[in-house]
Amino acid sequence: MIQLTSVSKEYPNRGYGLREVSFRMEKGEFAFLTGHSGSGKSTTLRLVHMADRPTSGEVRVSGYSSETVSRREVWKVRRRVGIVFQDFRLLPGRTAQENVAFALEVTGTTRSDIPPRAQRLLSQVGLAPKSGQLVHELSGGEQQRVAIARALANDPFVLLADEPTGNLDERATRGILDLFWEINAKGMAVLMATHDLELVRSYPRARLLELDNGSLVYDSRTVAAE
Amino acid sequence: MLTGLSAGMVGLALFVVGLFGLATYNLQLALESIEERVEVVVYLRDDARQSEIDLAQAELGDLPEVQRAEYVSKRDALARAQEDLPEFGELFAGAGVNPLPQSLELELRPGARNQQAVEGIADRALAYPFVEDVRYGREWVDKLFTLRRVGAATTAVLGGAFFLVAALIIGTALRIAIHARRDEIYIMRLVGAKNGFIRRPFLLEGALAGFLGAVLAWVLTYFVYRLVYGYLFAVAWIPGSWILGGVAAGVFFGMLASGLAIRRHLRAV
Repeated sequence: MIQLTSVSKEYPNRGYGLREVSFRMEKGEFAFLTGHSGSGKSTTLRLVHMADRPTSGEVRVSGYSSETVSRREVWKVRRRVGIVFQDFRLLPGRTAQENVAFALEVTGTTRSDIPPRAQRLLSQVGLAPKSGQLVHELSGGEQQRVAIARALANDPFVLLADEPTGNLDERATRGILDLFWEINAKGMAVLMATHDLELVRSYPRARLLELDNGSLVYDSRTVAAE
Repeated sequence: MLTGLSAGMVGLALFVVGLFGLATYNLQLALESIEERVEVVVYLRDDARQSEIDLAQAELGDLPEVQRAEYVSKRDALARAQEDLPEFGELFAGAGVNPLPQSLELELRPGARNQQAVEGIADRALAYPFVEDVRYGREWVDKLFTLRRVGAATTAVLGGAFFLVAALIIGTALRIAIHARRDEIYIMRLVGAKNGFIRRPFLLEGALAGFLGAVLAWVLTYFVYRLVYGYLFAVAWIPGSWILGGVAAGVFFGMLASGLAIRRHLRAV
């Protein structure tokens, strides 16, 4: 469960990133977070990932509160929350398998369990045949799949995606969205930030949260309830 | 690879400190050898009774600052003068009388070869009525201790400066090594690695770079020592405790520099 209660985030030289944003996301939900550039989408994801702390208000993620979790304990939240980005952020010069194995290794997976688990995760994202290939030799869509496999390494309850299709062509974008739905169908929540409204409209089953200038201006769940 | 480069940079930084250590140690030895010559000579009147002399010798010899009190009779003084100054041998032989006074030579303990102790002993000796004079080369002792103070101050200032520069170089070298792996650290933080888990290998690498750097620095310093010893003048090699201390300092500063550098990255995400 993710809950934001009257969350504001103010940056010293840039003003407000978020203003009094509140929403709750349940386990197994699929939600798009939309809005123009600078509307606060990435700020919201950073707050949920606890890479940042709110200026006021509270962010709760799987029982951990932004008010009480110390910098030293952030790892506990990170293991419950997977995240992917537009620019993939993989380790260049390493294979797909090594990139996924790295995440397993640094989070304490037993050494003998790492290769089969990494392979299973790559299979899950449809990349098993290319597990031995260096990531910089893979296409953008394939690199994003490696990043998703890495994000799933700790078996999180939610997958955050910050403009994950921003660097991909239409076909690869569809492939990644289909993968997110597959993952969501197995019970994992997905919160995806995108400014691509056309893409959002093609998945009407998903919840839609729209931000404008740091404020939450539309929540399809609230509208449906009314 | 990075540890090797860091160790090389750490080694060169500590090499300068090692050379300074070599110079300081030899300067210290030179000063100590000069200090060993500091002694107090108590000249006695010719009419002093032997029992009084024996008592004074025993009392002065028992002072905590005095290592040995040796009685030099008039005859011994003359024999020494004839031996030390052969050109005046005939003069001494022809005089018929021995003009040299009997004395007590007081050799001082290593910790007591300072101005204050010397003056205290001199005052004490002058209190005996049969003591003619006390000599310890006041000006020479004053200059020696001035030299010692200047030496200590110079060592502290220069040593501090060399040490600071070495610490900055070590810090920069390890910061560069850690910066080169910032992507790995970022990913570790991203996927939920514990801070301790992230920090540990970098601390070990810092310690290893510090250790290897310190060993390299001593090897280079030894090479310079052999060159100086073989081609310029005799110098003493640094004692083992200094070498061990240098290696321990290398390991400590390597770990400290790594720990500080990694801290910045752990705060970033």
